Amino acid sequence: MPLKNVTGASPQRRAPAIDWNKIGLNLALPVAGVLVALVIGAVMLIFLNANPFVAYASMVSGAVGSLSGITQSLVKATPLLLVGLGICIAFRANVINIGGEGQITLGAIVATWFPLTFPTWPGWILIPATLVLGFLAGAAWGFVPGILKARLKVNEILSTIMMNSIATQFMYLLIRGPMMDPAGVASGTFLAQSAALPKQAWLPRLIPQTLLHTGAILAVILAVAVYFFLWRTTIGYRIRAVGLNPDASRHSGINVPYYQAISLTLAGGFAGLAGAIEIMGVQHRLLDGITGGYGFTGIVAALLGGLHPLGVIPASILFGGLLVGASAMQRSVQVPSSLINVILGMVVLFVSGSAIWSRRWAARRKSGEVQETQEEQAEP
Amino acid sequence: MNKLFSLGVLIKILTTMIPFAAPFLYAAIGETFSQTSGVVNLGVDGIMLLSGYASFYAVLKTGNLWLGLLAAVLVGLFMGLLMSFISVTLKAEQGISGIGLYMFGFGLSSLLFETTIGTVKTVAGFPPLKIPFLANIPVIGPILFQNSLPIYGAFLLVPLAWWVLDKTTLGLKIKAVGQNPAAADTLGINVDRMRYFSVCLGSSLAGLAGASLSIALVNLFQENLTAGMGFIAVALVYFGGWNPWGVLGGALLFSAANSFQLWVQVLGVKIPSDVAVMLPYLLTIAALMISVNRARQPAALNKPFERGES
Repeated sequence: MPLKNVTGASPQRRAPAIDWNKIGLNLALPVAGVLVALVIGAVMLIFLNANPFVAYASMVSGAVGSLSGITQSLVKATPLLLVGLGICIAFRANVINIGGEGQITLGAIVATWFPLTFPTWPGWILIPATLVLGFLAGAAWGFVPGILKARLKVNEILSTIMMNSIATQFMYLLIRGPMMDPAGVASGTFLAQSAALPKQAWLPRLIPQTLLHTGAILAVILAVAVYFFLWRTTIGYRIRAVGLNPDASRHSGINVPYYQAISLTLAGGFAGLAGAIEIMGVQHRLLDGITGGYGFTGIVAALLGGLHPLGVIPASILFGGLLVGASAMQRSVQVPSSLINVILGMVVLFVSGSAIWSRRWAARRKSGEVQETQEEQAEP
Repeated sequence: MNKLFSLGVLIKILTTMIPFAAPFLYAAIGETFSQTSGVVNLGVDGIMLLSGYASFYAVLKTGNLWLGLLAAVLVGLFMGLLMSFISVTLKAEQGISGIGLYMFGFGLSSLLFETTIGTVKTVAGFPPLKIPFLANIPVIGPILFQNSLPIYGAFLLVPLAWWVLDKTTLGLKIKAVGQNPAAADTLGINVDRMRYFSVCLGSSLAGLAGASLSIALVNLFQENLTAGMGFIAVALVYFGGWNPWGVLGGALLFSAANSFQLWVQVLGVKIPSDVAVMLPYLLTIAALMISVNRARQPAALNKPFERGES
């Protein structure tokens, strides 16, 4: 499953020189994909007896029309960015990670269990320790399909989906059993959720009175780190080489399955971190629906960001805004927010379908370059 | 524990296992056609959801079960055309376009369910059809011969699919474009058309899978009715080695795990029900680990075909 279309011809050890034409095309196609999806969404709105202009206006104003809207959009963008970073690493190695949901869940479980087990630890050690453990839990959940692919050639798309269902059931088992909130047990409500995290394990707020937490900053820093990892380190170089041309990589001595397993493990780690941050920054307890569908939406954000860590930043902010806007739209024009899933699905279809044009463009330009050099050589 | 392993319970597990294998069979046999032609369609679950909704809605409004089946097939066909256009004509990465198709089908079925039905309702689905004489055989009769029409259809599909794929020119052409599209192309087989046909056939069958669930088995529709059955169906194709009989074995195995899990919950056996629910998924992973018989995998699986590029 070569992802040639999005990555260009061959991996370069150094970051490539800025190619504005390529960036322009890689920007125009996804934006066009989103626009077409929104137009079809508008047609659906008309069929649902809603005025698309009113609906989209309420969506925009809900997402960016107020401080609370903007900060909520950024809060939703944070897990999308983290999951998307993992997706970038996996897809670059030609591994399709659909396991985000399960990896988020595992990160969330561990990030709930740890502070509840050591509630007296001071925040300066509890917060970093919990974040690291959340990352490791997700990484472990990504490692399993990774090693199964490397050793037994188990299709990772299917194994990660099964791992999602297993993780969800595991979480239910915990929040209905050993991790159930003792307060709920005592009062007899038996709500399927854990106790709240001790206050010092909560991520500090960036802006008082809003939900925006420091996890958002961490996610952006990590995006830059992943960029350096993929383009400035040997492991990153090999991961990209494996994805671009597995045969050539094998011949040059790179252990292809091993690097694919690493990339899937790292992808799981970032999703696990997203789960930990969702617990420590937003929900402060483990409960059903903790993943918020970020495991899937993160894939869309990564694709739209051109599988480039820095490109995922604006893409995840866009989708964070769309998610917040969709709830606002639901309130104002009574259209179910599941419309946003339809639009997201169309974005994936259009963006994956439109890759053919960037591929053809690259091929045409390459043959053009070859011609030019031949002419130059022929001249003297 | 003793309660679970009595003969009575075993028969009960078997009576749920046979009908509930039907959606797996429709979807996985359909996916076998698609994959044999070289296209992995990961959107099966989304197609099942949208068709399941469409057939349920048609029956809810008209009471006509055949109209329900027709709606499911048409929706499946539409989704198949969409998938083919993106994956065959535009040569998209199939793993990604399939996920897009899934999200689209999942979202649209939820949206339409919320706006047109709202609450969980039930319809009178396909009634059980007792096959004369056979249905009266003790034990075996109730298990095998008292099911509804779409269930029998799913089991009849297995030999039919095997015959088409192994014994007809059409099957040979489908295999050719999945094994070596370049060679098939030089022999005058239209690769794209063959793949369109196989994907659309597979998607229509996935549509029947959704309908068999919503108007023949549970007779209701709700958000995410399939709960990932479509993905398990895709896994069954690998498990069954791209062979309808292998798929049948896999479908029965999974359906057995599923009904075992259901009866564990019903009987309140001392296995936490959450663990029991995990069983089919764990089994899928185990099955994928065992089914290393990849010699039979279509050589051009997942590879878009472009003329002059081999």
